[in-house]
Amino acid sequence: MKNTLKILALLALATLFRPAMADVNVFACEPEWGALTQELAGNKADIFVATNAHQDPHQIQARPSLISKLRRADLAVCTGAQLEIGWMPMLLQQSGNDKVQSGRPGNFQAALQVKMLEVPDSVSRALGDIHPDGNPHIQTDPRNIGVVAKALTARLEQIDPANASYYAAKGADFGKRWDAALARWEQQAKPLQGVRAVVHHDGWVYLFNWLGLVKAGELEPKPGVPPSAGHLAELKQELAGNPAKMVIYAAYQDSRSADWLSAQTGMPAVELPFSVGGTPGANDLFGLYQDTVDRLLKVLNK
Amino acid sequence: MKSKGLLLALCCAVPSLASAAGSNAFNPDVALVLSGTYAQLGHDPAKYTIPGFALSPDVSPGDRGFGLGESELALYSNIDPDWYGFFTASLDGNNTVSVENAFVQTTSLGHGLTIRGGRFFSGIGYLNEQHSHTWDFVDQPLAYRAFLGDQYKDDGVQARWVAPTDLYTEFGTEWLKGSNFPAGGNANNGRGAWSAFVHVGDDVGDSNSWRAGLSYLSTKSIDRLSVSVDPTLDDQFTGDNKLLVADFVWKWAPEGNAYDRNLRFQAEYLQNRSDGEFTPAGLSALPYKGTSSGWYMQAAYQFIHAWRIGLRHDQLNPYDGGSAFIGTVLDTQGHTPTRNSVMIDYTNSEFSRLRLQYNRDNSGTVADNQVFLQYIMSLGAHPAHMF
Repeated sequence: MKNTLKILALLALATLFRPAMADVNVFACEPEWGALTQELAGNKADIFVATNAHQDPHQIQARPSLISKLRRADLAVCTGAQLEIGWMPMLLQQSGNDKVQSGRPGNFQAALQVKMLEVPDSVSRALGDIHPDGNPHIQTDPRNIGVVAKALTARLEQIDPANASYYAAKGADFGKRWDAALARWEQQAKPLQGVRAVVHHDGWVYLFNWLGLVKAGELEPKPGVPPSAGHLAELKQELAGNPAKMVIYAAYQDSRSADWLSAQTGMPAVELPFSVGGTPGANDLFGLYQDTVDRLLKVLNK
Repeated sequence: MKSKGLLLALCCAVPSLASAAGSNAFNPDVALVLSGTYAQLGHDPAKYTIPGFALSPDVSPGDRGFGLGESELALYSNIDPDWYGFFTASLDGNNTVSVENAFVQTTSLGHGLTIRGGRFFSGIGYLNEQHSHTWDFVDQPLAYRAFLGDQYKDDGVQARWVAPTDLYTEFGTEWLKGSNFPAGGNANNGRGAWSAFVHVGDDVGDSNSWRAGLSYLSTKSIDRLSVSVDPTLDDQFTGDNKLLVADFVWKWAPEGNAYDRNLRFQAEYLQNRSDGEFTPAGLSALPYKGTSSGWYMQAAYQFIHAWRIGLRHDQLNPYDGGSAFIGTVLDTQGHTPTRNSVMIDYTNSEFSRLRLQYNRDNSGTVADNQVFLQYIMSLGAHPAHMF
């Protein structure tokens, strides 16, 4: 009996020390980067995604499970541009992992690879929750995904040279499929050019830039400040003179304010996934943008 | 090394832009926490005691009326590829400036290891490491007030190791000078305290996460000062204190999205064994050897975006040293100190918070009603918070 207990105890202990089966342990801050890394690293990577598409990425806690996952990571793939400033620096500090610290090859920031939009000339918290490095929600434009993919492939080759040719092949294959998908979406989304839309939070500037949508207003009076009754009433008045076709909110946001404006103005409230997993159709990276385009087009076809 | 162009825009000053070029590019992050209270305290806080406990001269229920709380100035930055530095100065309403934290820590040892040196809050327990502007209540639990002088910080070295396990497991140990309450007098040639602690934590689904810990703090004191029955005088203690802390925190938010609703629950149990000599002011030394304990349980529930309500229960179980201590602060008077608190707070943004709190304080034998109105705000950069 005593020996059985000893063996059981050892087995139990052993399960805690699950050996890394994959060649690269990846810590992805947001689901889009997890999905992208999956496309590019295939079965060579064990990928942990820190957040899901129903969570506000600005408001994540630096909780124990994230610390232990980051501790074992070879590569951290995040947006950067201070999107994760509320939690990632604490995780980096507490992880005791030198490989993923800022500036190291194991710390990959997608925002550094793309052209940032809405970089402010000056910042003040009086203007709400603005990001000094520009609008960080770069994943809403799939062209950015293509650019980031190239840089991420290069980074994977750098930190795992043994599998470099595998990553190169995967990256090239993804690039071809992605370009084809981009062309298809752009063709489908042509009717959206010039369409005016209200947004809940200023998180869609890259999407609008890609599809030629025009921002007709924001439900938040300032970024990060919840929609107020006064501001919504003002917005309703402005739209009466210059109407929009829809009001857009992200899957992680409460739809109440969007629904209110929709009821007041007659234009539909549209939920967009914002990241992989946000809606049933956005089950992977390709689905994310296909579902986004589909949902936007559905408004026009009503 | 991050070169952060940091902008600090004060109310009427013209914001200046620090570009990547220019000597300002390597300026540390700067944050200033501003807080103040308006308090209505039934009993005179200058005469505050908890029967059965020798309290640090630095703790108090608060100031009556308007009071400037702690203004906390923090500067922090990467130092070079291997080191990170963190500094906070605490400026209180009485124009006392104290160095609250000043430490350097390693960033690139790897293998889950971090070493810290300087002045820092000890990593024992849960609340001990949390800066006051993150607290859910205006004041610390009675157990922290009694055993740790609200929050134990000291000078020394800390080593932490995160194990390579799926279940978050962290071990830590500290060697400390022993200058601050509950230590005192820099015993053992300035190595008067040490600690060891372990924390584990995990998620349960997407909506829940928890952390639990067990900690041990051993302190030596030489002529450690504490408040006497006459609050203008000090008692002294020379001897050892061995403190055991068990802590637990649980956080819930629907699907892990804390924006609209979330709940935090935490509880800690502290048990302290004292062995030494207690010298009441003006009297001769009394041998004091015994175990006292205390615990608290609190919950803060955000029921709608920006609004939270909190409840807390405190209890202390003093060691009864018998008739020898009658007339001193260690006379338990047959009383079990307890306190119940309720608070409601409004968090306009991550940077500003207003709070209203009511304590029914039974620390002493006569109950005290305490009401606090508090603001806690911060400007500048904002270091990410611990769990």
